[in-house]
Amino acid sequence: MRGYLRSDGRKGIRNIVAVAYLVECAHHVAREIVSRNGDAAHLIGFPGCYPNDYAQNMMEKLCTHPNVGAVLLVSLGCESFNRAKLETVIAASGRPVFSIVIQREGGTLSSVKRGQDWVQEQVSRLAKEKTVSMELPELSIGTICGGSDGTSGITGNPAAGRAFDRLVEEGAICIFEETGELIGCEEIMAERAATPELAKELRASVQKAAQYYAKLGYGSFAAGNADGGLSTIEEKSMGAYAKSGISKISGLIKPGDRPKKGGLYLMDVVPDGEVRFGFPNISDNAEIVEMMASGVHMTLFVTGRGSVVGSAISPVIKIAANPQMYERLSEDMDINAGRILSGAADLDQVGDEIVELVKNVAGGTKTKSEQLGHREFILTYKTFEPIGPACLPV
Amino acid sequence: MRTDPRLLLLSPNDNVLVLRGEISGGERIDLEGSIITIKHHIGMGHKLARKPIMSGEKVLKYGVSIGSATEKISAGDHVHVHNIKSDYTPSYVLESEE
Repeated sequence: MRGYLRSDGRKGIRNIVAVAYLVECAHHVAREIVSRNGDAAHLIGFPGCYPNDYAQNMMEKLCTHPNVGAVLLVSLGCESFNRAKLETVIAASGRPVFSIVIQREGGTLSSVKRGQDWVQEQVSRLAKEKTVSMELPELSIGTICGGSDGTSGITGNPAAGRAFDRLVEEGAICIFEETGELIGCEEIMAERAATPELAKELRASVQKAAQYYAKLGYGSFAAGNADGGLSTIEEKSMGAYAKSGISKISGLIKPGDRPKKGGLYLMDVVPDGEVRFGFPNISDNAEIVEMMASGVHMTLFVTGRGSVVGSAISPVIKIAANPQMYERLSEDMDINAGRILSGAADLDQVGDEIVELVKNVAGGTKTKSEQLGHREFILTYKTFEPIGPACLPV
Repeated sequence: MRTDPRLLLLSPNDNVLVLRGEISGGERIDLEGSIITIKHHIGMGHKLARKPIMSGEKVLKYGVSIGSATEKISAGDHVHVHNIKSDYTPSYVLESEE
């Protein structure tokens, strides 16, 4: 493994230019700017015109993510996003940052031209940067499942769990999430907490999710989950929970919080306070974005129905849980965990395969979604209170 | 007691089995020593009842409750949204395209 050393001591496994629009009105200009530099420049952004502390925090964390080497901010000029603060945070991290304000620049064409020139300059510079060696304890990995079906919980998710057990043992930071998909698992999960106080926090985070989703009237359960054999949110939860493996749970974090040492962490993604801005995460990429804000270098994505997404900034490893889906969508899948159903492989073998791929991807190997140009990104409104003192013991 | 190899028991006390493959309607299969006839096609990853489940009884998979039966379920029946429900939030389903 190798990485790009950043001023805060972290290492990136990619070295991209992030092009960030600060309101939907600047989205087209930003998209035109990255279109010239497909692989090397990634589009991220926040569509809202109203201020939001969570979105500001997410953007600050994402623009200083270890995989990011330089940042171009694209502003319309009249939005509420605090561009000056974001620019200061990025500059303080030692990264080159440049802002284009469309209303000042003279419109679409001149903004696109100016942006493309700046990005091109940065891409050439970043391509020459030297890498340093990198070890597993310097790596942070997230896991999610999407498009789950009845096979996810018996093949892909427990195989990802085996991989997580090995990675945690070797000192990596591993993050699992979506408390709304742990409803029904709160008691067995709490037994794995590093301290009794943390156990209480873990239980409370799932109770909060259950209340939040009950108020919205839907669980985190899509129509396709039922087609694939899942009947209830508890059943989906048990399958999703298997991704966490069996390691001790070292802490509970919220989006943007960064664990300081290796171990397994749960991310609480459900907003605090009254139900305000709608569903916690409106689609899978919202979860990937939050884990990236907490520093994950890459994400293990287990899918039964067959999701094809990747992500801006961080590679996504796609693990197929369903062998029939793998046959149809193999061009999008990195790992075939569906082999477990026919007895062609066991959980440990697939877990080992995932760990090997994690190391290779950290070493520069491109995942299927990277090769196919998937760079999905979504960020919406939320509100969070800071985590309590019991959430990160030690 | 013989059981069709396509059926997977995840935890000893479970009252459902998970399908590792597909089973067609009309097939006669082994279920823990008895021969039962499957009424309708059941797809991979779906569940069937390992034993009779009473209405209101907890449905156990992975050794934990995944909801409650909304009607009496016979051994070998497809166990899904039509006969079990969440004890937390309702599951959203679309009308089948079949």
